[in-house]
Amino acid sequence: MAIITLRESITQALREEMARDEDVFIMGCDVGLRGNPFGITKGLMKEFGERRVIDTPISEAAFTGLGVGAAIAGMRPLVEILYCDWLTLPMDNIVNTAAKTSYMFGGQANVPIVIRAPFGVGGGVAAQHSQNNENWFVHVPGLKVIAPSTPYDMKGLLKSAIRDNNPVMCFEHKRNYSLKGEVPDGEYTIPIGKANIRKPGTDCTIVAYSYMTYVAEAAAAELEKDGISCEVIDLRSLLPLDYETVMDSVKKTSRVVVVTEAPLRGSIAGEIVGEIIDRGFDLLDAPPQRVGSKNSPVAYNEGLEALCTPKKEDIIAAVRKTFE
Amino acid sequence: MKNTNCIEELKKEFDAYAEMYVPEGLDREEQLRMYSIMWVMRKFEEAVKPLWMANKVHGYYHPYITEEAIATGIITQLKRSDYVGSTHRGHGHLIAKGGDINKMMAELFGKEEGYNKGRGGSMHISDMSIGMLGATGIVGAATAPAVGSALKSWIKGTDDVTVVFFGDGGANAGSISEAMNMAAAWKLPVVFVCENNQWAIATDFARVTGEQDLYKRGIGFGIPSCRVDGYNIYQIWDTAKTAIARARAGEGPSFIECKTMRMLGHHATDDSWYRDMTVCDKYWEIEPIKRMGEFLVENKIATPEELEAIEAEAIKQVEASIDYADTQCHEPSLDTFYDYIYADGEVIK
Ligand SMILES: Cc1ncc(C[n+]2csc(CCOP(=O)(O)OP(=O)(O)O)c2C)c(N)n1
Ligand SMILES: [Mg+2]
Repeated sequence: MAIITLRESITQALREEMARDEDVFIMGCDVGLRGNPFGITKGLMKEFGERRVIDTPISEAAFTGLGVGAAIAGMRPLVEILYCDWLTLPMDNIVNTAAKTSYMFGGQANVPIVIRAPFGVGGGVAAQHSQNNENWFVHVPGLKVIAPSTPYDMKGLLKSAIRDNNPVMCFEHKRNYSLKGEVPDGEYTIPIGKANIRKPGTDCTIVAYSYMTYVAEAAAAELEKDGISCEVIDLRSLLPLDYETVMDSVKKTSRVVVVTEAPLRGSIAGEIVGEIIDRGFDLLDAPPQRVGSKNSPVAYNEGLEALCTPKKEDIIAAVRKTFE
Repeated sequence: MKNTNCIEELKKEFDAYAEMYVPEGLDREEQLRMYSIMWVMRKFEEAVKPLWMANKVHGYYHPYITEEAIATGIITQLKRSDYVGSTHRGHGHLIAKGGDINKMMAELFGKEEGYNKGRGGSMHISDMSIGMLGATGIVGAATAPAVGSALKSWIKGTDDVTVVFFGDGGANAGSISEAMNMAAAWKLPVVFVCENNQWAIATDFARVTGEQDLYKRGIGFGIPSCRVDGYNIYQIWDTAKTAIARARAGEGPSFIECKTMRMLGHHATDDSWYRDMTVCDKYWEIEPIKRMGEFLVENKIATPEELEAIEAEAIKQVEASIDYADTQCHEPSLDTFYDYIYADGEVIK
């Protein structure tokens, strides 16, 4: 076991998969010489050469398109979009080509591409560098979506994503990059679509993912002092989503709070609550609660920025509401 | 003092180098006005970095230092109702269009009195009252919307002109090419200006660009296109004059590639470790303010004392803007959180 940052866990996953499979290659703005602004791909160009770690021009729509095409032709591209906000640029090739080719072609072709995109609020970088748009992709049949929160999960899931024969969107919260955690020395993977119970509990289930998992844990720790035992589930994957784990927990607790950092309206929180109701309305002792960001773009001003996202207190209040 | 040997060396590698000359129609007063605008830009940017370090200003901030001649030589020729489309490196564009540095500084401080009410910061700085259509965080993506302002002028039959800026990096965004084609097809009143500083963060433009004379892309669309020395305010002014007149006369777009060199880090804390910065040593000999100052004195257009006074005035203005932002402006009230998401004061939570 080694203790590494989440950033390093991504680098390890990339390096190991590139060494394992010659078809894996990386492309994106400044991923090569500079090793990406967060240092994630540092050294990989030297190690694997300029044809496997490719610095692109600022042509997100087209280089992602090239990635999709290379995948259809049999490669395993890892395309990086430096901020998820700019996924709008290659959106067409993700939604209309990557997600639908297998289906439209009657299974003749797969699109084993992974698109990595840092996301989330933080750092006062304003409305075009702060979004949470993972939910847009959950709405598209044909894609898979992961958003792991720990170094261990990130490495294991990213490796699975690279080996998966479908297009996978990997959302990495910028605030998680420096978080540290234990990662095994040897080879391992984590299957896409399996949630993880971060903290067992008996009274209320809190469903979260990515950075919000940590906020949920902090809320649970505080509630524990008041004798409320919360079970915190880190979804890790958003599509497919592990409803078995969620429902098993709800069976036990009869209460549920779903947390997302995305603007709440139209977010995945509503979808999850809807599914819980479909699967087990009778299990619930209280209306399910949703917690998300305010329905607003993200401000440059730090006070307004901070006001936008869910805090520990918001989750605590939502849990308490399930006891009213 | 001018280092002539160094400039001779520079000419060998800087293919856009052009000698300075006073173009017809550019009087002394206007030259001094441009010179003073460049100093305001320079002093503004020099002031921001320490403020960023002191955490008064945050987020991404991209200085316009050594590119001042481009915005100044072009935008100062526009009238108030003309439009400017900007980039992430937009402070200079705003100053040249006649923007208020107090409001810009207040915005960088995230204050309510700032141009964008503290919502946007450096990367989204805009002043709609003077047709400054705003900086952008998505490289290349602001060009097509800026060309949209020219579409308005074309539909309405006004003589307003749009100047739209993008970098060598931004040039590779596909929608710029698409917008250029429409501008050419419909003869929209646009001047496309590529600020080619040869770098896009850590990417040397030569590594990602097949045809390195970027202006030639315009030719492919049927747009009169040329390259100028991005440190030569006179050549820039002269070239832009023709392009702006052409657009105003309804004859269609032009494309000017202003070739220069990024001589600082990409943003406040970028130390440019990925490139050899000694390359820039020679270029500092022709940085646009020094170069214009030397030219003005050599040609007896202005005295060194006059130029010093202009610089001193710029320092004063910038200091006043910092004082304004720091001591006279306010944090946005949290009650206004939902303001401006929708028009006309409508709030949809
Ligand atoms: C669509 C998009 N891709 C990448 C980035 C990251 N980025 C910000 S500035 C920049 C470089 C832009 O280079 P250029 O257009 O030449 O302008 P310069 O910074 O040199 O003035 C990059 C890649 C971005 N903001 N938007
Ligand atoms: Mg550039």
